[in-house]
Amino acid sequence: MATQNKILKNTSVRIGLSALTLLLCMAVFAPWLYTIEPTAMDPSSANILPGVTAEFSDLSGDTFDHLFLMGTDSLGRDTWSRVAYGARISLTVGLCVAVLSLIGGTLCGVAAGYFRRLDNALMRVMDSLMAIPGILFAITLMALWRPTVATVVIAITIPEIPRVARLVRSIVLTIREEPYVEAAVSLATSTINILWRHILPNAIAPLLVQGTYVCASAILVEAILSFLGVGLPPEIPTWGNIMADGRTQFNQYPQTVLFPGFFLAITVLAVNILGDGLRDTLDPKFNKRTG
Amino acid sequence: MTERQQPVLSVQGLTIDLPRTADRPHAVRDISFDVKQGEIVCLLGESGSGKSVIAQAVMGLLPKTLRTTAGDVKLLGESVCKASGERLRQLRGEKMAMVFQEPMTALNPIMTCGDQVDEQLWQHTKLSTSERRQKVLDIFARVKLPDPERVLRSYPHQLSGGQRQRIVIAMALILKPALLICDEPTTALDVTTQAEILSLIAELQAQSNTAVLFITHDLGVVAEIADRVVVLKLGEMVEQGDRLDVLQQPKEPYTQMLLAAVPGLVPKHREPIVDAYPLLQTVDLSKTYWTGAWPKRKHRVDAAKNISLKVLPGETVGIVGESGSGKSTVARCIARLIEPSAGEIFADGLSIATVTGSALYPFRRVVQIVFQDPYRSLNPRRTVGEAIIEGPLNFGVSRADAWKQAEELMHLVRLSPDALHRYPNEFSGGQRQRISIARALACKPKVLIADEAVSALDVSVQAQILELLDEIQQRLHIGILFITHDLRVASQICDRIIVMQRGEIVEEGTTQDVFVNPQHTYTQTLLAAAPGRGFQFGLA
Repeated sequence: MATQNKILKNTSVRIGLSALTLLLCMAVFAPWLYTIEPTAMDPSSANILPGVTAEFSDLSGDTFDHLFLMGTDSLGRDTWSRVAYGARISLTVGLCVAVLSLIGGTLCGVAAGYFRRLDNALMRVMDSLMAIPGILFAITLMALWRPTVATVVIAITIPEIPRVARLVRSIVLTIREEPYVEAAVSLATSTINILWRHILPNAIAPLLVQGTYVCASAILVEAILSFLGVGLPPEIPTWGNIMADGRTQFNQYPQTVLFPGFFLAITVLAVNILGDGLRDTLDPKFNKRTG
Repeated sequence: MTERQQPVLSVQGLTIDLPRTADRPHAVRDISFDVKQGEIVCLLGESGSGKSVIAQAVMGLLPKTLRTTAGDVKLLGESVCKASGERLRQLRGEKMAMVFQEPMTALNPIMTCGDQVDEQLWQHTKLSTSERRQKVLDIFARVKLPDPERVLRSYPHQLSGGQRQRIVIAMALILKPALLICDEPTTALDVTTQAEILSLIAELQAQSNTAVLFITHDLGVVAEIADRVVVLKLGEMVEQGDRLDVLQQPKEPYTQMLLAAVPGLVPKHREPIVDAYPLLQTVDLSKTYWTGAWPKRKHRVDAAKNISLKVLPGETVGIVGESGSGKSTVARCIARLIEPSAGEIFADGLSIATVTGSALYPFRRVVQIVFQDPYRSLNPRRTVGEAIIEGPLNFGVSRADAWKQAEELMHLVRLSPDALHRYPNEFSGGQRQRISIARALACKPKVLIADEAVSALDVSVQAQILELLDEIQQRLHIGILFITHDLRVASQICDRIIVMQRGEIVEEGTTQDVFVNPQHTYTQTLLAAAPGRGFQFGLA
């Protein structure tokens, strides 16, 4: 379709998508990318500098030579292996939070925007959620639950929902006044069909853009939670955990913080660039009345 | 004076290219005309004719994507196309000024009107504060703003549309420019306000001998105000000449076609309607809004008050009024897009004023509505076919039957049936309006409400749609409730006319009676204000 071609022709979209594809490949094919078991540790090979080949013996007693591309941390774990596997967590959390908060926010937003009686009650709940700083809210939720990927995702999703809900509500408020929606009303179209056929398809573009921003912020929040020690347990390789481990030795061995930090920055940047590109191509202000 | 011989504005062979992705190579091609001192030249053209691009080129305001490739624009002998940005800023305001279509967006909402006009003087002159203030008050008096002292301190939203346009005109004229460009200055205004603004422009122009380049699509306005007319079509100059020559002895077929499409103010003869059981009837229909929430006092607004009307089979009833008269409120109440506050609506014998929710569905079949804006009345993400069969599917018709019926409807509205598989953005405004009509007819309604259904269309397209509506009515014998602000259109299609003002019916009668022998003063004012009234268009 014409719109899809137009999106793929946008430079920002191309840059963002290619960077994300590379990162995704890195996460999926991590076992084959010259990595070893990311949780395996060998105290005798602690704090190896990047690019050095050394002997590594894991817990089962196997000993082998391994090139440590990014060196090792203070417990002798291969930083590159942990960074590559850590991408899995970051991307999963980013994607899941984006999808879940879009679903949750859309439900609330559509309800508030289309069924005006629910508006006040729903939006005041959203306002009170927004009054709590998102990161504090997530920390509190994490303190209540056992740390797993699912709980991290939920803890980050809940504070994101009000932002999406507000956006969806304002979009629905605009679209419901469009004559084509009124025409559908006068054609006796049921409310469900009006929402499904007429309102939601026209709200998708801004939602997609918002989704990318939510994704980027979720990846950051997950890293922050791990870094603060309230996210996933420290043995699980996440970029935040790796940085937290490396923090104490930052003066001597900064690479343990810098490498995951670099990947974190690249990922967030890629997602944001993709979002900007999508906004430029999908925003009605830029392609109004092309016909 | 030497400037007498030299035209104030001289456009010579102006050609402006469009970006390569556009549907035609040139925005305008080889346009030449002069505007002399004390002369009003009208650029007349339908949408897409390039008339606004010419105005932008004259002001040196062309968007960066458009480039002048040939020709020149000379203002008092000086080339505007070659002028530097700095020089252009000087020229604008001092030598030329522009009046825009929409006065609300042309004014800065957070500056008082006085400050906005004063800004011109502050930028271009060295007068003291008190002198500038006096000048602003003078010009406000000249554009006939009531109570200039108060207007000076008012913000744009505190004034009416007509007053705002007067401010814009004052702003344009305060530096006494040699050339005034008016880009559709009355299109957004009501007909009575339009008449006032037109006579104001003509009067000011006569006083100060300014040259005026007046851009419009409205032949009535041209007949009122022009000295000379330049007719444009798709970026090409079709014809130019004196007003009477062009409007009464047009040489080119395109001009003749345009003139023939102008609806006259003389009502068309229509077959009398046989009295029958009304398809649609309202009794004391009212819609009241309450504005102002606590702690302010509540304020009652009667958008429509005690409206009683009837539509018989095969009859077209027109509701005519200016903006704010409540005509659209009535239409939307009858279509049950909003809930009436009081009164009764009978559609095909059913009382539907108080029914809500899914109980309304059977009624939806009886009354269908066609909206004003053809660009917004079709869902951009659904094909034309899906839009048309939506209604029948809702009423339990099978998909195959609905599709077959949609193909027949396409023939009826004179579009090809393959249009059903395409998306709305592939169609022009007129075609989209045909699709909207087909969508409404797909439910086999007995009453069709046309809410300003031809107001957004060019005059030639407008004529076609009116003809189509007439033909459909004769074929299907439906009743049409035709809402419009345009008296000319109403006179061509309506059997009976209802005139509304401030939410109330002020006059009602057959089209012949209302137009030939109006009773109420408001109707008389409306008729008198219609632009080009009494002017004989086309070959006499």
